[in-house]
Amino acid sequence: MTDERQEEAGEVVLRLTDVVKTFPGVRALDGVQLEVRAGEVHCLLGQNGAGKSTLIKVLAGVHRPDEGQIEWLGQDFAPANPQAAMKAGIATIYQELDLVEDLSVGENTFLGHEPKVFGFVRRGYMARHTREILGKLGHAEIPTRRLVRALPAAGKQVVSMARALSHDARLIIMDEPSAVLAHDEVGNLFRIIRGLTAQGIAVIYISHRLEEIREIGDRVTVLKDGRTTAANLPARTTPTRDLVSRMTGRTIEYVFPEPAPSVSGAEELLRVEGLTRTNEFADISLSVHSGEIVGIAGLVGSGRSELLETIFGARRAEAGSVRMAGKALRPGSVSSAVSAGLGMAPEERKSQALLLGEPIYRNVTLSTFSEYARVGFTNVGREVAEANRIAERLDLRPRDVRRAVRTLSGGNQQKVVVGRWLLGDTKLLLLDEPTRGVDVGARAELYKVIRDLAAQGVGVLLVSSEVPEVLGLADRVLVMREGRVVREAPAGELDEETVLDLVMAGSLQVEEVTI
Amino acid sequence: MTAQTTAAPVKEPEKPAAEERRWWRVDSTDGLWRNLALVGVLAILIIAGIVTKPDLYSDGTWVRNNIFTILELASVIGVVTVGMTFVIIGGGIDLSVGAIIALAGVWSTTLATQDYGPGGMIFCALAVGIGVGVVNGILISYGRLVAFIATLAMLVAARGLAAQISNKQTQVSTSDFINGLAANDFLGVPVLVYILAAVVAAGWVLLNRTTFGRRTVAVGGNPEAARLAGINVKRHTLLLYALSGLCCGIAAIMLTSQANSAQAAMANLYELDAIAAAIIGGTLLSGGRGTIIGSLLGVLVFSTITNLFAINNLSTEVQNMVKGGIIVVAVLIQQIQFKSLSQFFAKNSKITTS
Repeated sequence: MTDERQEEAGEVVLRLTDVVKTFPGVRALDGVQLEVRAGEVHCLLGQNGAGKSTLIKVLAGVHRPDEGQIEWLGQDFAPANPQAAMKAGIATIYQELDLVEDLSVGENTFLGHEPKVFGFVRRGYMARHTREILGKLGHAEIPTRRLVRALPAAGKQVVSMARALSHDARLIIMDEPSAVLAHDEVGNLFRIIRGLTAQGIAVIYISHRLEEIREIGDRVTVLKDGRTTAANLPARTTPTRDLVSRMTGRTIEYVFPEPAPSVSGAEELLRVEGLTRTNEFADISLSVHSGEIVGIAGLVGSGRSELLETIFGARRAEAGSVRMAGKALRPGSVSSAVSAGLGMAPEERKSQALLLGEPIYRNVTLSTFSEYARVGFTNVGREVAEANRIAERLDLRPRDVRRAVRTLSGGNQQKVVVGRWLLGDTKLLLLDEPTRGVDVGARAELYKVIRDLAAQGVGVLLVSSEVPEVLGLADRVLVMREGRVVREAPAGELDEETVLDLVMAGSLQVEEVTI
Repeated sequence: MTAQTTAAPVKEPEKPAAEERRWWRVDSTDGLWRNLALVGVLAILIIAGIVTKPDLYSDGTWVRNNIFTILELASVIGVVTVGMTFVIIGGGIDLSVGAIIALAGVWSTTLATQDYGPGGMIFCALAVGIGVGVVNGILISYGRLVAFIATLAMLVAARGLAAQISNKQTQVSTSDFINGLAANDFLGVPVLVYILAAVVAAGWVLLNRTTFGRRTVAVGGNPEAARLAGINVKRHTLLLYALSGLCCGIAAIMLTSQANSAQAAMANLYELDAIAAAIIGGTLLSGGRGTIIGSLLGVLVFSTITNLFAINNLSTEVQNMVKGGIIVVAVLIQQIQFKSLSQFFAKNSKITTS
């Protein structure tokens, strides 16, 4: 099927030749070739820092390339600004959706080019037109006057796409659209994408998930260090090994380090009993032993992130208790959790964990700088030394700990967050989606770090929506659905299908489960 | 200072930058350039003074005295601005500083308080300042009021209380010690200037060298990250407003000694001067970034303008118009300097390569 589709695919709409873009000190794009045809889903693969984001921004008119040629619909293309790119028919859906939360669905769809007469917005026309577009996307049920704030993540994404279509886009760039979606919503996204390509619209699809690329993609272009290392590979038939080796120069995908031999009779670190928060999760009991990795598998919305935050004291439990080494933690107090030896790497790195403008070392020591201080005076020399030690241990790149965290790639930012908790005497680490937005190579490193920690006796409670990750990394697995633990078993006794079954059954049999 | 004296116990694989560091170094060079720009503005203002009044500037003693005049003019607002800078870096705003000064000034000059002598008056002013600051802090961090609203309410209420206590009368200070602070010199330098220098120095150390300062930047830069790192954001926010209140207490004593009296209308609109000075000094209104030196320079720019207009016998109306312009221009210059300049160079290098 792949091959036929390629044969019948439309003419080339976009062609990039030797595109170069430099920023002070960095050659972000260093000779990119890309060819996109009408009606195809063209996947871009590459590690963090490979230049994907810069490439998107060049196409979207945010940056202008220094060298090279961009040909769009047979003509030279040099958009002066994002509006010009939009007008030319290239729409971009960024990872962080750029919607105005307090405007309605219709207003967001036509943001910046509202239909108007004498400066008055033609509301009726706008609503009609929005409904039409939403209908095309298969989501006519979204009310056009609803505030975007009230929509779930998947709904917001549909609105972003509606906006792209309102411009008569002929090329839609999607930057990790599935990152914010739960499993069943991804299927819906794919249905929409197929609908778009059937109308001859080209899609550039960026994702870290190879299985998605296999499912939706037609052709793949691989970037590494700002260069195209492979162009126009067939998405379905190219072996994973090939794709990964072109991204990394290595031939690995998910490499999980060997689990450490389980220590029998290890002391119990964390004990959670009957933890409950209305509408989030109910009656959760679990325990984590020293040196043990416990994984929680569950969809977005299954209550797993909320559970982690509640254990950490960032949310206050309504019922139940959290005990650390036998001592009860004060509910709703992060300080109490931290001083008991808990550490957490939250789901949203940028908004929940990092001071982006501050140097790396200050981010690494954010929860320990008081311990190095003497009578309230900070000890910068010691902090830098400790941060260097962490940077060495986690292979942080670049190694200069005085750089602002803003300048690091996603994987390295995550290392900073994890590294923060390696400094203190953290006994139990709560990791919420530790590899989200992290490329394959850096993932393997993070897995190794997590295993090493466990081998040193640290307990780990890990949440991930990627089932293979949970199964490959954890010693024991809890499956969560609709705010409850539906299965607990050693990782060896579960396989991917079983877990996926358990995770997704919820929507069909809610009544049975909750009563 | 203490930062560099302790040897790190762990092996350091590579730390090239650490050896070159001196105690006065701050990590970001951004602030340094910003401050140099402000020094440039100051230089321009002084040159304007020399050009307009060459006769005065040819007299050495007059120049020396005029410098002290400018510094004295800057002293009260400078002390307030140090506290304000902390609050703004910590992600808040304190609109009540002028009102706190009035309340602290009036309370410390009531007949009952003056009975306790200058020590009692100083204690009273500082206690009132801290007390009001703590109330602000509690309302904001534990009552979850928006800082703007809580301190706006305090602005109205504190001045009301000051008028009530003083019965709308001007209360004369009979303490020679207090009055002498503004009148006397020590080693040829006015005492008020020493107080300003001490507060600025303490503020610099507090912001750049202590855990308190580090927490301030963290809490203002990303409150959620600070909270999840185990920092007690609420308590720290409270402390920031208490610190601002303390600075107001000190300023109240200074202002009382300048006027030899206190009244409910004193320190009017100081909140605006302090915020403007901090902003000119490069403090980010959304929190997480700012420097004490920058704020001090901001205050000095304002007092130098005031002085420039005074020696030229120009009206305060014109002066206010110029001040408004200066705020806009100073912030614009900083933006040009740090955003467009790098883009400008980037563009130029592109031209040369293509």
